[in-house]
Amino acid sequence: MSEQHVVITLTEIGKDFPDPANPKGAPRPALHSISAGIRTGVITGLVGPDGAGKSTMIRLMAGLLKPTRGTVRTLGMDPIGEAEALRHRIGYMPQKFGLYEDLSVQENLNLYADLRGVLGEERRVSFARLLEFTALQRFTERRAGRLSGGMKQKLGLACALLGQPRVLLLDEPGVGVDPISRRELWKMVEDLARSGLAVLWSTAYLDEAELCDEVLLLNEGQLLFDGPPKSLTDKVKARCMHVFGIEGNRRQVLKRALDQDEVMDGVIQGRNVRILLRDSEKHPDLARLGAGPDAGIRNVAPHFEDGFIDILGGGPGGESVLAERLTQIPLDGAVVIEAQHLTKQFGDFTATDDVTFKVTRGEIFGLLGPNGAGKSTTFKMMCGLLTPTSGTAMVAGYDLKRSGSAARQQLGYMAQKFSLYSTLSVRQNLDFFSGVYGLYGAKQRAAVEEMTEVFNLAQFLDAAPDTLPLGYRQRLALACAIMHEPSILFLDEPTSGVDPVTRREFWTHINGIVEKGVTVMVTTHFMDEAEYCDRIGLVSAGELIATGTPDDLKEMVAGGTRDDPTMEDAFILLVQQHAEERARTAKAA
Amino acid sequence: MFHRIRTLIIKELQTLLRDPEGRRFLILPVLMQLCLFPFVTMEVRHNTLGIMNHDDGPISAELIQRFSQARAFEKVVWIKSEHELKETVEQQKALLVLRFPSDFSRTLEAGKSPSLQVVLDGRRSTTGQVAMGYIADILQDYSMERAQARGAVTAGSPPLTSLVVRHWFNPNLDFTWYILPSLVAIITTIGALIVTSLSIAREREQGTFDQLLVSPLTPGMIMLGKAIPAIIISMSQGTVIFLAAVFVYQVPFSGSVFLLYGSMFFYMLSLVGFGLFISSICSSQQQAFLGTFSFMMPAMLLSGYSAPIDNMPQWLQTLTWFNPLRHFIVISKDVFLKNIDVYTVAMHVWPLLVITAITMSMAAFIFRYRLG
Repeated sequence: MSEQHVVITLTEIGKDFPDPANPKGAPRPALHSISAGIRTGVITGLVGPDGAGKSTMIRLMAGLLKPTRGTVRTLGMDPIGEAEALRHRIGYMPQKFGLYEDLSVQENLNLYADLRGVLGEERRVSFARLLEFTALQRFTERRAGRLSGGMKQKLGLACALLGQPRVLLLDEPGVGVDPISRRELWKMVEDLARSGLAVLWSTAYLDEAELCDEVLLLNEGQLLFDGPPKSLTDKVKARCMHVFGIEGNRRQVLKRALDQDEVMDGVIQGRNVRILLRDSEKHPDLARLGAGPDAGIRNVAPHFEDGFIDILGGGPGGESVLAERLTQIPLDGAVVIEAQHLTKQFGDFTATDDVTFKVTRGEIFGLLGPNGAGKSTTFKMMCGLLTPTSGTAMVAGYDLKRSGSAARQQLGYMAQKFSLYSTLSVRQNLDFFSGVYGLYGAKQRAAVEEMTEVFNLAQFLDAAPDTLPLGYRQRLALACAIMHEPSILFLDEPTSGVDPVTRREFWTHINGIVEKGVTVMVTTHFMDEAEYCDRIGLVSAGELIATGTPDDLKEMVAGGTRDDPTMEDAFILLVQQHAEERARTAKAA
Repeated sequence: MFHRIRTLIIKELQTLLRDPEGRRFLILPVLMQLCLFPFVTMEVRHNTLGIMNHDDGPISAELIQRFSQARAFEKVVWIKSEHELKETVEQQKALLVLRFPSDFSRTLEAGKSPSLQVVLDGRRSTTGQVAMGYIADILQDYSMERAQARGAVTAGSPPLTSLVVRHWFNPNLDFTWYILPSLVAIITTIGALIVTSLSIAREREQGTFDQLLVSPLTPGMIMLGKAIPAIIISMSQGTVIFLAAVFVYQVPFSGSVFLLYGSMFFYMLSLVGFGLFISSICSSQQQAFLGTFSFMMPAMLLSGYSAPIDNMPQWLQTLTWFNPLRHFIVISKDVFLKNIDVYTVAMHVWPLLVITAITMSMAAFIFRYRLG
């Protein structure tokens, strides 16, 4: 490893933006007085949920924004005043890298080489080096728009590396990239860091933080932690526990655990409940958790997220005020969602190939899979957004093709992207969604009032939804999906980019709703979200390659050196095995 | 069902009217066009007339006197040589040149018909044609007067047949009378199209369209929920122009308000059909905007507003039948100026219904197809 230098220094920087809710009023700070340094030879993770100020900080370092307070020095220079000298020494990859989707890979490279003044022999050499490095040689003629998410990011990285920069600023390179491609991309960036570059990798995925050499943890514009991730996880090392051997309902156990004073935070992890204690000496009373006679508590390895939650002062309680208001649907064991030989073809491309599964009442069923594997297509067919080419999608006993409207009345739907009406106020959105699902008059007013109360939205009723804090936006979206008391809830990557506390709160509600007999179907590529599911369907290359509980999937890949595989290990291995199998059968044929 | 559609309509109106920018966008273009369009007239004024007179008789002198007093010509230039003639027309110093042959007065006095040459600038054909009309009128008036004068001498002989032009429904050929009723049609067109096609595209971009599709709303309800607000908005815009035409520009309204609004409703329906059709094939607001304008331009040109449909080749005339603006522009003008009856209005309304049926079913088909 080469010698490490600090190449970017932030000294008490702050950045204010006009308040979108009140443009004429006082500006809202996006960053509060942050001091930090970025060194060469390591990957520094800029970690935090959406809206924490990550992009703002990167743009300050790249000289694209002027700080309101404090100073930024990049490679010893002022990034705005000396922009010309710095331009070739910073490689900056914005969140949606400016690839021209209609140009080919080679044309994109040419364009960025021209822009960065990489010409002649140097250009030839860098192209050859970068194409080999990113393994894009075979795809130089392909249009950038037709690349997969991972390949797009690799091309973006190649473009940012033109001109041999000394600093690499990557704004959420892992977004839209499945775990397999994410590992490849990470490996590439790691090699760059080891060769002496200073690399800043920003991310909302807390599991990525653990891989970084250094971490800057941002939340709501505040720097919560600065240092190697291990020093954060070490603080909570003795306090991370698994409640194992649970008999009966683990959601109930989690709920009771969260209500104990000794427990700071908790999540479901497969068949176990993972808890974070306030004090490593004070264990909760196992009898009060009601986990059954064989249950026990054991210490487990800490995660970065535990440290984050610890700083934030713990997660929310286990009670869902929302679920309390819902009417109990009898758990009759009926099959409420059923896919029968679902196939969807787009031209000669088969997005979903003969997928069959059943979900019974009161279950959380997760669709997990890499991008482009067909999980969204399957999900969309199950909620009526796409008509299958063949096969049947049954929801609440209705065939979506024949009696779509009646079936859809039973559904609640929450999209991946926050998609409420930004042109309407919060109140108008609530009125609208309740009205569309057939509520009116006194009943509608009562429902809107109830949601306002349950989710504490009263102060925001006249604001535009986009101006709400992230956590409230999430609540509003859930409120709009659940107001008509659906018996089935569809969630499309519901908590991507959300801070862990908000995510806990969300899942507390979902767990509560499920206990009331609502069936939930969720797509996700978040491994910790997958852990909440009762059963998971793993989708790869359009096929359902495995179905089972999260622990079933982990056991499928256990053995050998891997005695305790994570969900991500299971995911990657199962997808790879399936791809190899396909290649073999293709060869044989 | 009624409540759900009402919810959709309220949402749409709130979206359009909630912020001041949206409100301005709906009313400012209307006011601007209302202020500008009536001054874009088709009258020909302030032009130069060229005279090349080889005749020294009294008649040509008399005629030249009359031409130069015409409203269309502000200035008269005298041309002496062929070379000068060429130069005058080439450099657009005169809109048209009259050439009197040397025997003009003599031939006429001898009771025969002399010839008078008119040189027109083909590059300015429209204006030239209109000016030519003025010249012809003046010549006709003059020859009639001469005939009458002669008739007085030879008393008892039958009066000559004369052509008396009277512009019915717009006796003074006031162009605002013609333009404002057309404006009622044109401006409402823009409103209705933009509101329908852009609003669906915006919902697609924001992801709220999926929210509508997963709700129990049927495609029919969603379409109605887009159609009704668009009709409300554009009919209000139409009302603004209607009121301004009658009270500000003082265009006489001789027909029935009921007929005007009734037919306007069906016209809006046909536009909403086009708007839904455009939005069904577009996935972004940009595409929808371009789509709207690639419909608007030909619709304006082939409406009879700026060029008479009778002058178009037969195949193009047939094509204009599918242009809803063509039908409504006639209704609007005729209800305003002619007080046409229900039957005549119905004759223009039924093509609108056919167009609506075609575009709506195409839009519905494509919506379904895209889901599948």
